[in-house]
Formats: sequence, C-alpha cells, structure tokens
Amino acid sequence: MENGAYAIELKGISKAFGPVQANRDINIAVPKGTIHGIIGENGAGKSTLMSILYGFYRADAGQILIGGKPTAIPDSQSAIRAGIGMVFQHFKLVQNFTVLENVILGAEDGPMLNSSLAKARKVLADLSREYDLDVDPDALVEDLSVGHQQRVEILKALYRQADILILDEPTGVLTPAEADHLFRILKGLKEQGKTIILITHKLREIMEATDNVSVMRRGTMVDTVKTAETSPEQLAELMVGRKVLLEVEKGPARPGDVVLAVQDLRVKDEHGVERLKGVSFEIRAGEILGIAGVAGNGQSELMEALGGMIRATGTVILKGQPLPLSGKGADGQSRRRAGIAHVPEDRHHHGLILDFTAWENIAFGYFNEPEYQKNRLLMDNAAIRADTAKKMETFDVRPPIPGLAAKSFSGGNQQKIVVAREFEQDPDLLLVGQPTRGVDIGAIEFIHKQLIALRDAGKAVLLVSVELDEIMSLSDRIAVMFDGRLMGFRDPEKTDERELGLLMAGITGKEEAA
Amino acid sequence: MERLPRWADVTLVPLVSLILAFAIAALVILAIGQDPWEAITVMVEGSVMNAYGWGYTLYYATSFIFTGLAVCVAFHASMFNIGGEGQALLGGLGVALVCLFIPWPHWSLALLAATVSAAAFGAIWAAIPAYLQAKRGSHIVITTIMFNYIAASLLQYLLVNTLKPVGQADPASANFPPATHLPALNDIPLLNLIFTKAVPANVTLFIALAMAALVWVLLWHTRLGYQIRAFGKSEAGARYAGINPTYIIMVVMLISGGLAGMMAINNVMGEAERLLGNSASGAGFIGIAVALMGRNHPLGVVLAALLFGFLFQGGAELGLWTKIPIEMRIVVQGLVILFTGALDMMVRMLLVRIFALFRPRAMGAA
Repeated sequence: MENGAYAIELKGISKAFGPVQANRDINIAVPKGTIHGIIGENGAGKSTLMSILYGFYRADAGQILIGGKPTAIPDSQSAIRAGIGMVFQHFKLVQNFTVLENVILGAEDGPMLNSSLAKARKVLADLSREYDLDVDPDALVEDLSVGHQQRVEILKALYRQADILILDEPTGVLTPAEADHLFRILKGLKEQGKTIILITHKLREIMEATDNVSVMRRGTMVDTVKTAETSPEQLAELMVGRKVLLEVEKGPARPGDVVLAVQDLRVKDEHGVERLKGVSFEIRAGEILGIAGVAGNGQSELMEALGGMIRATGTVILKGQPLPLSGKGADGQSRRRAGIAHVPEDRHHHGLILDFTAWENIAFGYFNEPEYQKNRLLMDNAAIRADTAKKMETFDVRPPIPGLAAKSFSGGNQQKIVVAREFEQDPDLLLVGQPTRGVDIGAIEFIHKQLIALRDAGKAVLLVSVELDEIMSLSDRIAVMFDGRLMGFRDPEKTDERELGLLMAGITGKEEAA
Repeated sequence: MERLPRWADVTLVPLVSLILAFAIAALVILAIGQDPWEAITVMVEGSVMNAYGWGYTLYYATSFIFTGLAVCVAFHASMFNIGGEGQALLGGLGVALVCLFIPWPHWSLALLAATVSAAAFGAIWAAIPAYLQAKRGSHIVITTIMFNYIAASLLQYLLVNTLKPVGQADPASANFPPATHLPALNDIPLLNLIFTKAVPANVTLFIALAMAALVWVLLWHTRLGYQIRAFGKSEAGARYAGINPTYIIMVVMLISGGLAGMMAINNVMGEAERLLGNSASGAGFIGIAVALMGRNHPLGVVLAALLFGFLFQGGAELGLWTKIPIEMRIVVQGLVILFTGALDMMVRMLLVRIFALFRPRAMGAA
C-alpha cells in the first residue's frame, strides 16, 4: 500500500446497459486521505460508477487501481477485502437487531456469536472513541434516529477495516445539525488517513466538505477540480452543460381569498399513535405556504390526510366547503373532484406506477376524466397518449415517448411526469411534497419556475420539503413542523437557516400562533 | 440488470422451458424402460395429427381457457386465485340446476342461462374469500385453497343426498334433458366437414374465445381494468389515486370466480350432460399453470391452454396405445409447470448469458 499517493484510481471505465452508455471512459484519481466529491445530475452515471467500485456491476472496459495495485472487484466481498466500505442512501440495517449485531452481521468470526460479539464490542468502543462516532452498541436499530443509524452504517464499514469510505447521498434524510455532525465525523476520519468519496447532488455540501470534486454529466467525467478553486455556479454549469439559475426568481405574492382552512387536524397511525397532533393553518389564493421539517415529523401525514389517502379528524374547509376526513368522500378521487391536485412525496410508491407506461401514468388518478373516455364503457387510450405527448412537450420530459415504461425514465423525468399531470389539472389547491427529491438541477429549476407560475396564476400551494433551501426560496410563508405540530410561522425574508434549524429540532424561542 | 429483448422474452423463454421439460420427461420414460420417441409420436399423432384428436385437445383447451383466464384476471390485481377448482365445481352446480329444473325449448337459451348461472355460482364461491381478504386480511391463497375442499364436499353431499335420482348407484345427478344438449363441433355445419366423428369439443369453445377477447378489452381498454392493473402493481399507489381496494378486490374476484365457474358449461353441459362429483378434474389447478405460461395475457392463455389440451389428450393416448402408464402425463404436466412456472427465471438467466455472448462488447473488464 506504500506505493502511490492515490487511494483509488479508475482508468478508462466504461459500462453500457443495452444501448445506454452509463459510463464512458471514466478516469478519476482520488488522493489518499482526502474527501473527494462526485457530483452530477440524476442519470449522470454516479451510481453505476460506485456500483462498479463496490462489485455490483462489472465494467465493460477499464481498470481499477487500489493503492496503486490493479484490483479486480467481481463482487462486494472483494470490495470489502480491498478496503472499500459503502454507506448506502437507503440503509441496509436489520431493524430489530442491536447495533452490535448489525455491525458483525456477515463478518462473524465463527459459528458461535458470543466471541464475535465480545470482540466487536471492544473494537466498536475503540472506533467510537477514535472517530467521535457515539452509538450505544446495545440499542435496537429501530429505536435509533436516522442520523445514528447512519453512524452504524459507517461503523459497519470501519469494522470491516475499510480505508476507503463511499457515501451515497448521505444527507438526504438528515437535519442540518445532523448533517453538520456527519461532516465533522468525515473530517475526523480524513485526519486519521481514511479516504472518503462523497456522492451528492447538493452543491453546498460539496463546497463545505470536500477537498476535490469530480463532475459527471451523461456518463462522462467532465472535470475534476479543487474545491477551493471553484464555485457553486461553476459546478452547476459543469453538471448541466449550460448556465443555471440557482436562485429562484419570483415577484412578491398577491394573496387573495382563503382557499384552504385547516383546524385542529389530527391523524393516528395504524398503531394508534398520534402522528399529527392538532394542526391549524390557512392558505390563500396566490400564496405558497412552505412546511419545513425533518422527515417523519408529520408532514407526510398532513399531505396524505389532505390528499384523501388516510383518515383524519378535525376540520378542513376548501373554498368554503368542508371536506370529509373519513368514510365516504375521503378518498383521492373525491379530493381531485373537489379541486385538489397532489404531487406526492414518494413518486415511486404513490405518484407513479413504475411498470405502467408514461401515458398510463398521466391518467393515474384521472382515469375518470371525461376527455379520457371513448364512451361509457371504453377508455380512449389514443386520447390519453395524445394528451401525454402534449404534456411531455410542455414539461420537457425526455425522452418524449408516451409508450415508455415509467421506470425507464430518469428520476428527474419521472418527477416531471408527475408534476405535468398534477400542475395541468387547473386545481384550486396544489399539494406538493418533496417536488425536487432526487431530481437534477436542470429539472429543479424548471419545476420551481412552474410552481411560481401556478402561484402567480392564483393557486394556493402547500409545499412540503426537507430541503431548507427550497422552502426558503419558494415559500411566501414558512411553517416548521416538529413532532406532529406546527412550531409557528415565519416570514422567509425575516428568518434564517439557524432559526428554522432550531425550530426543526423542536426548540422554540417564543410561542406564537397564526 | 441486463434484460432480454421482448420478442425473446415472450417466445424463446417458454419455448426453451418446454424443450427442457420434454427432455427431462424423455429421460424419465427412458428410465422406466420405454421409448421416448415412441411416446412423443403417439402423443402428437393422437392429439393434433387428425381431427378426432383435435376434438379432444380443443375440448380440454376450452376448460383451460376459462380457468386460465380466471387466474389471469385476478393476477392483474395481485390476487392469486387458487380456487378455480372449487369455483368450477360450484359452476357445475349452477349448470345442473338450470338444466335439470327448467324445461328449455332450445339449447341456445339453455346455454345462455347455464352460462349466467355457472358464472354466478363460481362468483359467489369466490366472493367469500374475496370479502375475507378485503375486509379481514385473510390471505386469498389460503382461503381459496380451503374453499376448494369445501366445494368438493358440498357437491358430494348434494349429489348423494339431493341430486341423485332414486335407485341410482353412483353419486351423480340425473342426465340433463335432451333439449339442453349442446352442438359438438361435429354437429356444426361446415365444421362437420372436418370433424366427421363425434368429439367432445363443443360450442362453448367459442364462448371461451369470446371471453378471452372480453378479458383483453376489460384489462386494457376499460377504467375498471385500468384500476385493476394499477391496484395490482401498487396498492400504495392505488390509495393515492383514490382507487377503492375493497371494490377492486371484490369485483376482480367476482369476475375471476365467474370465469372459473363458466368452465362448467364445457365439461358438465357440453360433455358429461349430468353433474358428477369430480367434474372439474383438476382443470382449476391447470388454469394456474396456463396463466403463468401465458404471461397473464389472454392470447397467451389461449395458446397455453392449447398446449395443456395437447398434453392431456396426448397423455391419454399414451395410456391407450403404449405400455407407458397414463400417469406419465401427470409427470409431463408437472415438468412443464415446473419449468414454465417455477423455473422460468432460471431459463431467462440462461438466455441472458447466451445473448450477452453474441453482443459486441469491449474486452478487458477490471
């Protein structure tokens, strides 16, 4: 390992899936003991590249050098032996195992667990101390916060003696404070000589945490630059291939009548636990109310209750008409008829049927629309296709093929299909959850513009996002959600990330209501 | 990961599966000291090389189309209806009641009524497991299997205690009146030029084919079919779209049970012309294999039903003309089901590898 100043070198890596060239002649050299960012739009080939590094895919061509030595990585066991550890975006932890059991899973020394557990306990204690990775080894994973679960993933990799740590979109589920902590941990690991590869689409994190950054676009490595010598604007331009507006341009809001009035909305989950603990607010026409908060504090329940997906109690009045919150009329079809369009938070599970074609997805939720029917019995598939082609053009969905399965589109284009469907319904109220999650910069810019255009057209918009930047730049008013309650309302002009971050963690300076 | 071209997925995978199944069947025949070539010759000659053989092959295929469609429709809603057998038995009861107790002036009216009645009985039998699934979360696979046994017992009870004519020894209903006799293929003008001898295949074949077309229209051209498929692909998505799960489960199982029940117009009304205890004779289960092999597409179901019709008829011929026991057809069917259903992925992976060999690619992977 002494020869070579690079922890990992990739030379001429190419990988094709059928006609799609996911990686084309990729060259990267990551110096030892640095944090190396890899940034790129969705579908740029970052995940494919990391999957090759971790042995999930085999490259069609090219070479991987670990510590200067050419290394074959046919499977993930070889990757682990080569000293590569991976922290996935979606954690691979057994929820009802303890931290210790999770750490040794797959790395047991022998058939009896006790000796492995004892050894692991000691190693874990050392690791925790050394890297400021504080986790209770006997806690059940399901009881840990998301940030702590992520630390368990990192510990798992370190326990397997990883020298190179790959993190895939690690901050997607973290609060700003947790993300800061993660970056402190990563810096500590770097100082101990570990090499870290950080895959993200967030420019801010790249600027904050990395030493060097490589930019990918459409399967190729566009450039590798020193982070200190670049700017977010330059990186965005490299990623997209054109100048990008990072700031949302919008005029002042001109709020009209109250469109939605919510009083004391409560939701219980299937275990009888109250997830929404009495939420009240109003949204006016031509106004965006942004709900900030860490995922899992009741935002999903709020959206789903308003969208007719789950039962709730309280009062919801849409344009003067009370909406049923349980029983008959409390379903997605009734909500759509009442004038509510809904871009759901989870496009894979709710917003789209991935196995359906694009045109079938354009009719999803709107299959009863008169213009989609040929007669009383038959649907007019040709009309839906034509409508889909039109919407695909308006929203620049690529490739513009109505007959293509939804799963074959990139994340950004999938989201554009959902957004096209919902935005074009001319709703009174638009529920928008995580509109740009997993969406590339070019599409983010587009979706934000459309959202502002809808606001200016006099629609009421309820926006839920875990991206604080997005909430701050789009909203006309901001409410922060914590533990099923709204922690008060803020004017985006008169607040900052620090104040919102504190509210997101449940810490209030002053109580207020609106 | 890597995928097969669509044409290969639809044609090559079942074809290779079949060849593998037959190859192993040949080994089994060899192992019992018989000649596999003779076996396949007898099977082919007895089932598809002459009109008489086709008359039987099509008769079996008709039943399998109904039960295959039943499984296919339910499958699109992610409901695995294993209860085709019981639903077909109940359908038989529906046919028998209509034929025995109403004096029909013409067979066509009797057929219409019997079809509706068979479908209704099958649907009701499927409705109970459907309700339990929709409202109570009782798994449909378990309940429909159990309902097969209940149906068999119920039928046995009715045959022995109420439907059996006085003085008759075997547990079967009285013969249906002659007015309910359905034209076999050899009774139909023009077709009787081909089918010169009496065959069991009858007009219900056309009803089966019409049902296949209707199922296709239902699934891909109606709102209900759209909702069925959406619900089947993603229950969470269906909730978002406002599709009522209870409604879909109930409706799809009623249709499925109805199709399975309709099978009885072929075997009970068209062939036996009285109700027997084991009238469905396994066709309900074959329907599962037919739907699997037919990729849950009505056209595929029709083709797969023909294949299984061939296996049934050819297997019977084996027992008739060779020393190979008739049970051999169960072995062959079992192998076909195993390869086309359960081991489908294995064959697909194999083909993916073979396809990869012929694909131009750069060498020297890391």
